[in-house]
Amino acid sequence: MEFSSVEIVSASPILALTVLALLVLLLETLLRKSEDVVFVVTLVGIAICIAFTLAVYSRSGTAFMGMLQVGGFTNFFYLVFLISAGLTVLISRSYLKSQEIEFGEYYCMVLFATVGMMLIAAAQDLIIIFLGIELMSISLYVLAGFMRKRVKSNESALKYFLLGAFATGFLLYGIALLYGVSGSTRFATLAEQFPSLTSDAFFWVGVGLLIVGLSFKAAAVPFHMWVPDVYEGAPTTISAFMSTGGKAAAFSAFLLVFFHALNVGNSKIAEVLAVLSAVTMIIGNVIAISQQNLKRMLAYSSIAHAGYMLAGLAAGNDLGQTGIMYYLAAYTFMNVGSFGVLSVLEQQEEKNLTFEDYSGLGYKRPFIAALMSVFMFSLSGIPPFAGFFGKYYVFAAAVKANLTWLAIVGVLTSAVSVYYYLRLVVFMYFRETESTMAQEISGSSLVAIVLCAIAVIGLGIMPSFVIDLAQGLF
Amino acid sequence: MLGSSILSLVIFFPLVGILVVLFLRQEQVRSIKVIGIATAVIDFLLSVYVYVMFDSQNPNMQFVQRLKWIEGLNVSYYVGVDGISLLLVLLTTLLMPIALLSSWNSITRRLKEYVFFMLLLEVGMVGVFCSLDLFLFYIFWEGMLIPMYFIIGIWGGENRIYAAIKFLLFTLVGSLLMLVAIIWLAIYASGPQQLGRFTTDLLELYRIAPALPLAIQSWMFLAFALSFAIKVPLFPFHTWLPDAHVEAPTAGSGILAGVLLKMGTYGLLRFCLPLFPQASVKFMPLIAVLAVIGIIYGALVSMVQKDIKKLVAYSSVSHLGFVVLGIFAINEEAIQGSIIQMVNHGLSTGALFLIVGMIYERRHTREVSEFGGLSKVMPVLATFFMIISLSSIGLPGLNGFVGEFLILLGSFQSRFLISPAYTVLATSGVVLSAVYLLWMYQRVMFGSVTKPENQSLKDLSFREVAVLVPIALFVFWIGLYPASFLAKSAASTKALVQQVERGLGGRAQVVQSAIPTNEDSSGGKHK
Repeated sequence: MEFSSVEIVSASPILALTVLALLVLLLETLLRKSEDVVFVVTLVGIAICIAFTLAVYSRSGTAFMGMLQVGGFTNFFYLVFLISAGLTVLISRSYLKSQEIEFGEYYCMVLFATVGMMLIAAAQDLIIIFLGIELMSISLYVLAGFMRKRVKSNESALKYFLLGAFATGFLLYGIALLYGVSGSTRFATLAEQFPSLTSDAFFWVGVGLLIVGLSFKAAAVPFHMWVPDVYEGAPTTISAFMSTGGKAAAFSAFLLVFFHALNVGNSKIAEVLAVLSAVTMIIGNVIAISQQNLKRMLAYSSIAHAGYMLAGLAAGNDLGQTGIMYYLAAYTFMNVGSFGVLSVLEQQEEKNLTFEDYSGLGYKRPFIAALMSVFMFSLSGIPPFAGFFGKYYVFAAAVKANLTWLAIVGVLTSAVSVYYYLRLVVFMYFRETESTMAQEISGSSLVAIVLCAIAVIGLGIMPSFVIDLAQGLF
Repeated sequence: MLGSSILSLVIFFPLVGILVVLFLRQEQVRSIKVIGIATAVIDFLLSVYVYVMFDSQNPNMQFVQRLKWIEGLNVSYYVGVDGISLLLVLLTTLLMPIALLSSWNSITRRLKEYVFFMLLLEVGMVGVFCSLDLFLFYIFWEGMLIPMYFIIGIWGGENRIYAAIKFLLFTLVGSLLMLVAIIWLAIYASGPQQLGRFTTDLLELYRIAPALPLAIQSWMFLAFALSFAIKVPLFPFHTWLPDAHVEAPTAGSGILAGVLLKMGTYGLLRFCLPLFPQASVKFMPLIAVLAVIGIIYGALVSMVQKDIKKLVAYSSVSHLGFVVLGIFAINEEAIQGSIIQMVNHGLSTGALFLIVGMIYERRHTREVSEFGGLSKVMPVLATFFMIISLSSIGLPGLNGFVGEFLILLGSFQSRFLISPAYTVLATSGVVLSAVYLLWMYQRVMFGSVTKPENQSLKDLSFREVAVLVPIALFVFWIGLYPASFLAKSAASTKALVQQVERGLGGRAQVVQSAIPTNEDSSGGKHK
């Protein structure tokens, strides 16, 4: 097998990140006090990969015998994953120290998970999607249980692993059935045969199983049961990574399979997705109201946001695709930002994770509290922050696809969500209790959180930037 | 001089003050106050410039500025004012420095944040009145909730958390449905028989929306109207209002009553009527009935309040009912009356809240029964209180009369409000407002001083007089010579009424011949 240099350059982001992950693995083993070096190498490496991604952004076509897609759509997702990973690494340093789990493998696992995500977004074949999901998931299983001595973290990893394995099984079975009816796992072939396949019952079963598998990864109801426990038990920084990068990867697979390979617009699949979306929005938002633990609240909010994005998917039009891509970018910044704030204030033994603990934070730590408020307003979809514009986009897609009812469900559940997001603002600013949170905040975490806040405000006021990136692709 | 950017300057100038304030330390109390007030005053002067340069003869949007913003969705930054929004912009910029000055002593903690949020609120409010793109409008409309939420929640009274959340959730639910309607309209516009492009440009939608089939128009109308009805608030959506008003700090209540409620009536006038004329006429009886219920119910509830601030809060429900009734009468007199009444209510109720705040600062209670005979102790306050109360009641010669008279006259002649019963019942509201306000005034101000605590109350300080004088000035000015204000809105109002009638199509023209239209609707004859 020979690959042309063009192919290698086009796929350079994913190749570079793989090399980086291996390099970090080596460094970790060879050096004695490796944490500082590994941290810096990881960050610089991610920055280089981002540069590669931008450099080959405008390319198109496939590489490696048609297995990977390059440029455009794929690179947009590369950016989301790399930014999510980079921000996660930035907020991780001090968190790992404070939790006494500072090991170099952590960064290595984050990088491998990112490679998995990138594989998913580049897939041109169902097998590659499977490969990517496995690589991502296995790394995340390890990361979820990274606090070995804490029971909850172990519980989180085990739950994630067992349920995740089931979901992967469903996914694989779906792929097998699709292969059975079409004779290929290639997107191109599936797209060609799609019109003739629709009469085959096995095709629909296969599609159904694919939806189940991907919904699990995207945290959509009714495949969401793992989310709260896993997010709560996992290290806070990993919850940030799973909820942004992991979700984006799942949605990139959704888009590839249901937009590019099988055109879902106005088909039965769209109806199923619309119902999934509505149920996800309702359940996620309603259950989030009763949460006392902030990580669990953000977990249910993550479920709800999967519902909003599914609305764009159910719409099945260009507006929906652009909407989801914008939404994922915005969501990455606001969610890493909010988990980042949690991670800097969290202390040993899961202290400072409830609403009560945040009482009076607005006066004790005005800056951090202001940033957190920005994230909360953005998550609840109040303009002029990025979250609002994401919702506007996906709901516009839904209305355009004659799914106005879905948009109405969406806005009403957003109104519900305002209650629990702003509850945190109430605790931070409207309660006059003296806050006890006085710990140092490390520079790198602060940089990440401030970057997130700038992005949330900037993307809200000037959304064109991301939209142009997302739209110049198809 | 400033070309087309002058409106943007009025909208965003408070940001300059915000930036400066952010760089000050919490301890630099005096500088923060001075910068806040100075910013608001300069913004007022800028808007006065707009007001003076505004061409009253031209019914179209003026000082228009349009910049490309989000090209993917064809959204532009598009602002402009006509005679209807002009007065409200001026009202907003006038009330803001007054509100800031009134809170000179009453806000003692978190002053920096306070000025920050007040100025941010001003950006949002002026933005709402100037936006000519529905997307932009929505951003200001909802973005403005954030500062108000903080103002109630941080500086409010005992029950402030409940009030702040209730205020936010109520207004949000309505406006989110409006968002779906906005999206629906924008997508409708992109249909091949329509404009062929996704747009939220208000003036373009004016051309195509009125032709929507009545069934769809009705849904659109309801989605928009619900949002505005909650904001006004129209009975039965008013329950957030007493809580928010009572709990908010004095200046917050003043702004809430003075400007925020007007955003609802402004929305009805700017969006519901011209975009969905047929649906407006269809739902007019319903809205008119709710408005009349609001007028009477608000007045009756005011009458039995023990808390002065609550009394003033409920009086807003009553007064805004008049404005809504006038808007849905859909003729020039009534709409002119509604516009001027929006300004009047902003001035008089805003001032009433400020006066109640001044009393509260001295006695830390607002119970009517705690007072009595205050006019002996505080003659200056009593005078202002009297002027403002009478203006609120609608005494001829003061501003309230002009608005109420025009509304009642217009709605009596309206060919849409078929039954005169609306007008007759609404008139009883005028009588009732005299009852509850004067009765309260009498119990608080007259008689002998019964409580020893009231003996030594200080009269108004120079600063407090400075707060009330500008308002009193406008109360007399509008009352004695309304033409100078009505003239600004006359042309735009006329154009609006014509626009609505065009939208009603053939059906309107048949009736038109039977109705004498009154061309000379400027305030001259009501002087």
